[in-house]
Parts: sequence; C-alpha cells; structure tokens
Amino acid sequence: MVDRLLGRREGASDQPDAPEAPVDRKAEVWGRVQLARNLRRPRILELLEVMADEFVELHGDRVFGDDEAIVAGFATIGGHRVAVVGQQKGADTEENVRRNFGMPHPEGYRKAMRIMELAERSALPVVSFVDVPGAHPGSESEERGIAEAIARSVGLMTRLRTPIVTVITGEGGSGGALAIAVGDVVLALENAVYSVISPEGCASILWRTTDEAPTAALAMRMTAQDQQALGVVDEVIPEPGEGAHADPEETARRLRAAIVRELDRLASLPVDALVERRYRRYRALGPYGEVIAPVQAPPPPPKAGFADRLRGLIEAGRGAIPAPLTVGRRQDPPADEDE
Amino acid sequence: MPVKFPQFRPRRESMPDRMWTRCPSCEEQLFNKHLEKAMNVCPSCGHHFRLAATVRLGQLLDEGTFEEHDPGLVSLDPLEFVDQKAYPDRVAAAQLATGLKDAAIWGFGRIEGQRIAIVAMDFGFMGGSMGAVVGEKVARAAEAALESRAPLVVVSASGGARMQEGTLALMQLAKTMAALERLRAAGVPYVSVMSDPTTGGVFASFAAMGDVNLAEPNALIGFAGARVGAGTIGQELPPGFQRAEFLYRHGFVDRVVPRPALRHELAQLLRYLAPQPVEAGRG
Repeated sequence: MVDRLLGRREGASDQPDAPEAPVDRKAEVWGRVQLARNLRRPRILELLEVMADEFVELHGDRVFGDDEAIVAGFATIGGHRVAVVGQQKGADTEENVRRNFGMPHPEGYRKAMRIMELAERSALPVVSFVDVPGAHPGSESEERGIAEAIARSVGLMTRLRTPIVTVITGEGGSGGALAIAVGDVVLALENAVYSVISPEGCASILWRTTDEAPTAALAMRMTAQDQQALGVVDEVIPEPGEGAHADPEETARRLRAAIVRELDRLASLPVDALVERRYRRYRALGPYGEVIAPVQAPPPPPKAGFADRLRGLIEAGRGAIPAPLTVGRRQDPPADEDE
Repeated sequence: MPVKFPQFRPRRESMPDRMWTRCPSCEEQLFNKHLEKAMNVCPSCGHHFRLAATVRLGQLLDEGTFEEHDPGLVSLDPLEFVDQKAYPDRVAAAQLATGLKDAAIWGFGRIEGQRIAIVAMDFGFMGGSMGAVVGEKVARAAEAALESRAPLVVVSASGGARMQEGTLALMQLAKTMAALERLRAAGVPYVSVMSDPTTGGVFASFAAMGDVNLAEPNALIGFAGARVGAGTIGQELPPGFQRAEFLYRHGFVDRVVPRPALRHELAQLLRYLAPQPVEAGRG
C-alpha cells in the first residue's frame, strides 16, 4: 500500500515513450498516472522555492488544528503579491506520515478557506497548486465533516471576489482536488492527471477489482491533454525532459511564466465581470441533451382499500358510542391502561 | 400424456415478487399495499425503504401541485465511457427500469400551501449518480428558486458523482455550489433532505450545504464509500458509522426525521425560513 501511495517508482520507469513501441494507450495513460504520483515530483513548496521571490506560510484553521497536508500563505510571484494554497505530499516516509500522504482532513480545507477569504479582503489574487490522491477518507475526516469542508470551499471559490489561478501539478484526485481547484483559469502540468475518483476506486466499483485500475484510468480520460479536450483544463504546460521530477527547477520556471501571464491578464478584468465569467465557466461544464418527454406526475396517495374503509367505519362507530364507565374498584390508576 | 389444463392463476413464484417485500432489516414479509400505505417504512422495525423520486414528491407535496420542469434533459456520453457495459446502454436500461430520463426530477410544488422549488433524486437510476443532467437540474432549480424567491428543497439519494462522466461529473459540484451560493447571498432559504444513501460528490456539494439539513433515520451519509476508502487507504472502515445519527451526533445534520413526519416538519421549517404573511386561521 505504501508503495502505491509513494508513487511506485518501478511503474514510472517503464514508460512506453519509445516511438517504435506499439501504441498501447492503456499503458501510456497508466504511465502518466505513475508520473503524476512520482515521489520526486515537485509540490507547492518545491515550486514556490523556485518561482516565488518570497513566501510566508500561515498555519491553522482556527477551529481544530493545522493540517500539514495543505500549505497556505502569502507569496510574491513575478511582482504579484498573491495568496497561495496547495496540497503537499511528503518527499520521504517520515514526511509523508506527518503530511498524511498529502491527503487533507477537513481542517486543511478550512485553513485554505481562511486564507482565501483573507485574500479576498486584502485584494490579493489566489494561486492554488493541486496535487492530491483524494481527501483523507478515514473516520476522523468524516467525523469532522470532510464533505461539508469540500462543499463549502468549492462554494467559496465560485464566488470569491478576487482572481484565482489554479494549477493541477500532479494528482487531481476528485473532491479533494476540486476543493481548491475552482478557478478563473485552470492550468495543468503535462503529466498531471485529474479524475472524479481514483482509478483504483473506480476499478473497485465498476470492475470489482483494483487490478483494473489502468483500464479505469484510460476510460476516465484523466490525462491533462484529455482534460483540456473536455474543457476542464484550459492550458497544458509542457514538462522538461522525462517529466517534472527530472527537472523541478525548469518545471517551476515554466509554470511561473504561465501563472504570471494569467495573473496579468486577470488583473485587467473588473471583479464583477471576473466573478460572472467564473460562474458561467462552471455553469457550462458538462454537456447534456434535451428530448421531448412527458412530465412526471407523482402517484396519488394510496387509496384506502375495502378493509381500511371497513376499519374506518368501525372506528367511527366506536367513537360515536360513549366510552363505558369504569365500574368497581381498581387499584391501578387508569392511566396505566394505555399501552 | 397428461392433459394440460389452462392456468387461471398467475404462477406461484411470480406472486411474492409483486405482492410481498421482505424487510432487509428485520426480515419480516411485508404486504406491498401495507408497505406503501406506511410510506415505505417497515411497520415492524421502522426500516426506511428507498423511494422512487415520484413517490417522494407524492409524499411531500400537496396533491396535484407538482409541475415538473425540464423533463427532457438527457445524459450524453462525452467520454465514450465503456466499463463492462457502454455508458449509453446503462442509461437506456435505467430509463427503461425507472421511467425517468435521469436520476433527478425538479419542478415547483406546494407543501402545506407554500410554494417551493424541489429536486428529488432517484437512487434507482444508476445509483442516483450525479452527471451533467442532475447537476444542471439542481442548478436550474436553484436559479429558478432565486428568480421567484421560493425556498428550495433538495431530497438527495445518491451514490455520488457519476464516474462515467469523469471530471465533467466532478464539475457538477462546482456548478451546483455556484448556484447555491447565489441563492444564499440573495437570502432565499434552502433545505437539504438526505435519504439513504447520500454519499460522495452529492454529499460533498449541495446535500451538505442546506441552511437546514434533515436526514431520514439510519440513512447512509458519508463522503468516502467503504469500497473507495478501502481501496485508497487500504483500511476497512468501522461498521455503524456514516449513518444519519452519526452525522447528527457530529453536528452536520439538524434533525433526523422519520418519514411520516417529514412533510410536516419541512412545512414547519419553511414557515420560519421563508416568512410569509400569516394566513388567516393559522394564527
């Protein structure tokens, strides 16, 4: 299990990148999932180290605690003062235990919300870095309201009155990703993936075995390029060489250029127009058709059958007859007769 | 050769199916007509059976007041998703089985005289999963509620986002929350009713975010399903958690309401949330 959470390096090494190899889409997509999970892939802290002139980390959700699976604070990127939020996986086992393998609990999202609200009040744009297998699925997470935290954070980002640039840098794992991934513009690194459920989770439900995870990954079209084609991602940022893990610095420089360009562009829009455009962006996602269909009518309440009518008559009759007077002496108070 | 007489009675094995239901909780054999009259709550143990969306609307709304909107919205297959069956085939089978076009119905209706916008989900349609159609209906209901300043009620019954629509299903969390945030900002009330089950992306968006959250007794309500949780962190989740009463204990549900009381409780709450001139006779 730990191997899988750590990104299973051996999976990342057998990339079918050679052009002469037969095009096996399933293996290619699964290779990308492994790249997205690579243990040495740069996360928000490593990226900020290169792209930010300064970074001040802030801690705590003011309700329960500080979740180290989410990093939040202020940073200066290319002359823009911004608020940043992002998931942080660990680089080794010890750090991963501390950071829960980058799987946030509710307090992590509540910290992110606190910083985003602060950004709104301070007129700072928000840049979010998404890299998460999924929100923590354990019982403490449920007890403290992981669903409520995700829903509230998603809702907050849909209406936040400041520009939001989102980057999917690694794994975009379901609601745990979306909670900090609602933006005016959504960028993705080339080997990032984004999905509604982990491929293992999808396979265990639809195929009843996690062995079919690569099949599920292919079916869900989770690569950055596929996500761009679906309109969920706006732009894919190419990674250097074998991938971001091979050259984190160059990756950060490329990302920085794209983020600065988007911040410049979004800064020129009036806030009302910005928020309306964001609303329209999400309002339009997800195609559907329309056919002519009859309207549904709720069934009438169940009719009383013969037996019920008879019972009704008997009860009505009973009600009409005055209750017999209790005669004789009884020790028990009459109230005890009721049930 | 034995003479074959024509059969006047339906074959015996087809009888129990149509007339009797075994309660999965107490194993009592229940006569369907009685079960229906008891609002699909087991008369012997109180187990709440899942309801079709139309039946739910019939139980909650004043008779004959429901006007459905957008009945013709249908799912497309943007991913060309195939698991053990192609997605369009699954949709077609669900349409045939339920008589619905997708997993939710929305419209306007009245509850003890008060006009509301209401969405009812149907677990029988692909596990009540939320794809673009369900997301669109919830968003349209919220926008229409805002427009007419009628309170919104959503009755959830869903396994979560519809995997066959991939991240486009995930985006419905943002779509519905965006619409609900506008409703909230405008001061129009929203009541969420969670029935069995309300999990995954539906719980992590509109279902968790009612101004008031109600839940039916013992309904399964949670973010990560047991199979998802087990697959992701390799640990079985303890039994008996993620039920309505668990959510209530941890402060995420205002009231656990048995089905026979639901209609009246909703109406009562809406009278506080959406104050209207007190009608004569109601004092």
